Amino acid sequence: MDDFGDAIRAALNLLVSLDADLMEIVGLSLYVSLVAIFFACLIGLPLGAAIALFKFPGRKLFAVILNALMGLPPVVVGLIVYLLLSRSGPFGVFGLLYTPTAMIIAQVILVTPIIAALTRQVIEDLWLEYRDQLLSLGANTTTALPTLLWDGRFSLITAVLAGFGRASAEVGAVMIVGGNIDHVTRVMTTAIALEVSKGDLALALGLGIILLSLSVSVNGAVYAIKDAAQRRHA
Amino acid sequence: MTTSPPLLPLQLSDVVFEAGGKRLIKDLNCRFEAGPPSVIIGPNGAGKSLFLKLCHGMLAPMQGQVTWNDPDAVSARLNQAMVFQRPVMLRRSVSANIHYPLKLRKVGKAERVRRTEEALALAGLGRLRDHPARVLSFGEQQKLAVARAWALKPQVLFLDEPTASLDPAATHAVEELIRAIHAQGAKIIMTTHDLSQAKRIADEILFLFRGRLLERAPAAQFFEQPQNDLAQAFVKGELLWWKLGKANRKRRD
Repeated sequence: MDDFGDAIRAALNLLVSLDADLMEIVGLSLYVSLVAIFFACLIGLPLGAAIALFKFPGRKLFAVILNALMGLPPVVVGLIVYLLLSRSGPFGVFGLLYTPTAMIIAQVILVTPIIAALTRQVIEDLWLEYRDQLLSLGANTTTALPTLLWDGRFSLITAVLAGFGRASAEVGAVMIVGGNIDHVTRVMTTAIALEVSKGDLALALGLGIILLSLSVSVNGAVYAIKDAAQRRHA
Repeated sequence: MTTSPPLLPLQLSDVVFEAGGKRLIKDLNCRFEAGPPSVIIGPNGAGKSLFLKLCHGMLAPMQGQVTWNDPDAVSARLNQAMVFQRPVMLRRSVSANIHYPLKLRKVGKAERVRRTEEALALAGLGRLRDHPARVLSFGEQQKLAVARAWALKPQVLFLDEPTASLDPAATHAVEELIRAIHAQGAKIIMTTHDLSQAKRIADEILFLFRGRLLERAPAAQFFEQPQNDLAQAFVKGELLWWKLGKANRKRRD
């Protein structure tokens, strides 16, 4: 119980004092997760919609694989990205290992299947409802794709939030490719892992509370916006 | 610039459509010329909606052919429109719902704006132009669906029970819209359950029963003296009219 009390005190102290290190870690965590989500959406939304709309050989198998990839083990992804970006790897020349960019790449790989698989389901259901109407109005599957993504935007927010949840809570991959370097690649989750390994459980828990609050705040804000917009458009 | 030939006549030759191993449209033959409205009536399951979807090209016949006078399939597709019994409104404003298909058809921006304004005025939806389409009443949504179809300037407009479950006022408003669209030169081909509506709108009636076209006649003649016994019973509004039809047939045989 003492640990919890100390954790809350530690979290409040860090927040009230606007600890510069903490702010840097929070800022980098948000930056990495949000940029990763942006690129995962850029790939995952049209990919999921395309699998839902276009008929091609192996489509069902592709959908099954996509669903399976939602459970990609982060450490495996971290290891693969590490091998690709390490000096001896095919992309070693870019010198990206142990940079926020490497962490973003790893998170994009982890989050894209989640967004794509959930998008596929949403768009498939929407297509059932819209198909006749859109085809009658002159659309084809290609022109229907952006229309369905736009009309499914309220449901797709859930997919994006699921992706954000995965990205912000992820530690294994970013630890491997980021290295948890202070002032360079340290984010909330790797900082928590570090404090645990140092035995400072109160500080680790305090950071955990801040991470949780951050996640709840982002989700709450997005849901509030979604609800307001959904009420307007029904 | 070349102008495409008129879309009509539309010819259905020996059209058959099956689903789930059941023959739903059976050897259907008919021809639609440009001119006054044609109304298809018949009981539930007669194949009225299927008939419209086959004409509109949303379904392909298993046997037989659906051919337009215009041999260019793309041009034929672009010169017709359809309003569904439960039209889908896109999650955007009323005016954006009209704008959308015009953009799909690559209509220029100025023309899109002009046609959208005209369609809104025609449907009396001008004051609701910025409202989200999905929060409109069912009657208003149906008017919007007809206006959206009208904005495409179709040569042929298919309407699938456009006033089903509307109150009399909304039904009147939609019928007025249909008349306005017909007055502007579009051929109306619609289905309805409502015999009074068929009398008000139709110039000719097609009576469909279990996928077969049993009778086609000018509206006045059809309602005065239907030739087919099933049509007679249907027009009389007899609740077990199909059984009476069978009995009459047996008596005659």
